[in-house]
Amino acid sequence: MTNYNLTHLHQLEAEAIFILRETAAQFERPGLLFSGGKDSIVMAHLAQKAFSPSRIPFPFVHVDTGHNFPETNEFRDSFVEELGVQLIVGSVEDSINRGTTTEESGPDASRNALQSVTLLETIEQETLDACLGGGRRDEEKARAKERFFSHRDAFGQWDPKNQRPELWNLFNGRKGPGENFRVFPLSNWTEMDVWQYAKLEQIALPGLYFAHEREVLERNGSLLAVTDFVTPRENESSATETVRFRTIGDATCTGAVRSSASNLEEVISEVAASRVTERGNRADDRRSEAAMEDRKKQGYF
Amino acid sequence: MGEADAYLDMDLLRFTTAGSVDDGKSTLIGRLFHDSKAIFEDQLEAIERSSRKRGDDNVNLALLTDGLRAEREQGITIDVAYRYFATPRRKFIIADTPGHVQYTRNMVTGASTANLALILVDARNGVVEQTRRHTFIADLLGIKHVAVCINKMDLVGYKEEAYHQIVAEYRDFVSRLENVTELTFLPISALKGDNVVERSENMPWYEGPPLLYHLENVYVGSDANHVDARFPVQWVIRPHSDEHHDFRGFAGRVAGGVFKKGDEVTILPSGFSTRISRILSGSEERENAFFPQSVTILLKDEIDVSRGDMIVKPNNQPKISQDLDSRICWFSASRKLSRGGKFIFRHTTKEAQAIVSEINYKVDVNTLRKVEEIDGFEMNDIGRVMLRVSQPVFHDAYRSNRNTGSFILVDPFTNETVAAGMLR
Repeated sequence: MTNYNLTHLHQLEAEAIFILRETAAQFERPGLLFSGGKDSIVMAHLAQKAFSPSRIPFPFVHVDTGHNFPETNEFRDSFVEELGVQLIVGSVEDSINRGTTTEESGPDASRNALQSVTLLETIEQETLDACLGGGRRDEEKARAKERFFSHRDAFGQWDPKNQRPELWNLFNGRKGPGENFRVFPLSNWTEMDVWQYAKLEQIALPGLYFAHEREVLERNGSLLAVTDFVTPRENESSATETVRFRTIGDATCTGAVRSSASNLEEVISEVAASRVTERGNRADDRRSEAAMEDRKKQGYF
Repeated sequence: MGEADAYLDMDLLRFTTAGSVDDGKSTLIGRLFHDSKAIFEDQLEAIERSSRKRGDDNVNLALLTDGLRAEREQGITIDVAYRYFATPRRKFIIADTPGHVQYTRNMVTGASTANLALILVDARNGVVEQTRRHTFIADLLGIKHVAVCINKMDLVGYKEEAYHQIVAEYRDFVSRLENVTELTFLPISALKGDNVVERSENMPWYEGPPLLYHLENVYVGSDANHVDARFPVQWVIRPHSDEHHDFRGFAGRVAGGVFKKGDEVTILPSGFSTRISRILSGSEERENAFFPQSVTILLKDEIDVSRGDMIVKPNNQPKISQDLDSRICWFSASRKLSRGGKFIFRHTTKEAQAIVSEINYKVDVNTLRKVEEIDGFEMNDIGRVMLRVSQPVFHDAYRSNRNTGSFILVDPFTNETVAAGMLR
């Protein structure tokens, strides 16, 4: 008898492709939130599969904090060109200049939280009614109850008590005027699934994810890269170390790990043996136990 | 195959748990995570901090599964939470739901995608109302595998008689169920770790495997319907490029059965027949496609096909009707279900209007008795109704196919999902 079982990765792939197609079908103007990180790259790869041989039928949206690693933007530009999709860039710098948001002050100031404002402005300006995000439920406690189709009210807010139940493969994307959705095709994936799938499908990822030499400094328990935005303070010193990143976000708050894993296979072994979650190095999540919940309510990814 | 490639062989088990505040469900999940090393240091540190803040003596593994601040403050879980862990054999997705009667709708939601239901029974209390309710819902939602964990065995001195008495009690009422085909009983202590990951030395009389071994090995491959071929069309791919000038692909997810290249197929509702010329997954050519794969099907003849249509086999067609006999669970707190109520009806990839033409009865989820002559459903009610739909619906009985036998109702004014339905 033929075996009609699918491996876990192929089941996750089939589910994500279903969600991507459902998003294209149920919304008038979806956009794919592309950060240049591995989750959004994997999501883009799945979108390409979902609509092949057509082009992906929606634009990519990048919220640029202005504090990116230069490698992230280089990767983004060549990737978008290769896929032939439109790229919309929302700039946090512009939001600050317009006065719709204010730069945080103090020694640990970050533009991470400010992204929410720029994202909501971009959604409004581009009249997007659904934004596909690479968020996963395993990332953080506040995400464990997140839906595939996550409803946002006319203020872009997420109300955890007012989310729609999701049964079987039936997704309800109906909405009132001004409301929109965040859609998370990778909801059921874990960090490990993403790495394994990237290996299985031979998906190219930015070099930041693999061991390289970099000047870093230690701050509040995180290993931060020395860039134009992060420089040593008094009593801090920097050193060149062999590191890699498990997540890629704003350079001011994304911590590196000391690692010699230089390819996907070694990264998978390292993640398997790791005793800290990937967001354990995100200074933005460490601010308080409910940090992510609060950011999500304000419209964060 | 090397160790690094072992994941290429892993499969997936989705299971649901339900339980009340005191029966140890959260402790059990915490124990599975802890002992299978799915908890990371930063998560453990966070729950250690919270445990201290609450004044708990031990690290409270239950805190690991409490998600939102609103819930932590109230000390209850009010929604379905999804959790993940993996062993080298399997990845697990847990739909973790609160067990109280007012959360029936959450249990229904969690059960809708699960292969297995994990039911907890407190060894001191035996089968209680809640046990029956969980079992009824698991069965109603078509779950075929039920693992009954008789928990807190440490508090009854690990006695074999206590275990057998509960097994007998449970078997007595479970004989009335429809869908459950495999029932497994396990004596455990989530708190002490007996028979969760490791076999317990305190219960030598128990010859079965520990819970994790059972979860890793339970066979769910034959649960899906691989006989009746159903392909609801989700999206039409037309590239409009010179290279793919005449390309028309019908994208969707196989909802049942197997489709092969060259198969004769019929398109519903038009009734036209043709053959499958190609099956694609991305840009890769496939010989066949089966549940639950997402693929693109190309047809030999040019036939008008759009979203909401269904590709089937000419000699095996689903039921086609506008009048649907169904069982539903009512979700809405603000609106009552009553006769004549109008809704948006979503089934496979189809959307239509529906009107409630008849309300037959509801089921008391505690006694499992039918309550007739009612005027409507309130939140968490489960029962049988007749619907009249604005277009013919291509469907199967839920019992034979979960994907083509399920639907939801959406309120046309609030856009909320107000009911889950299963077709007879």
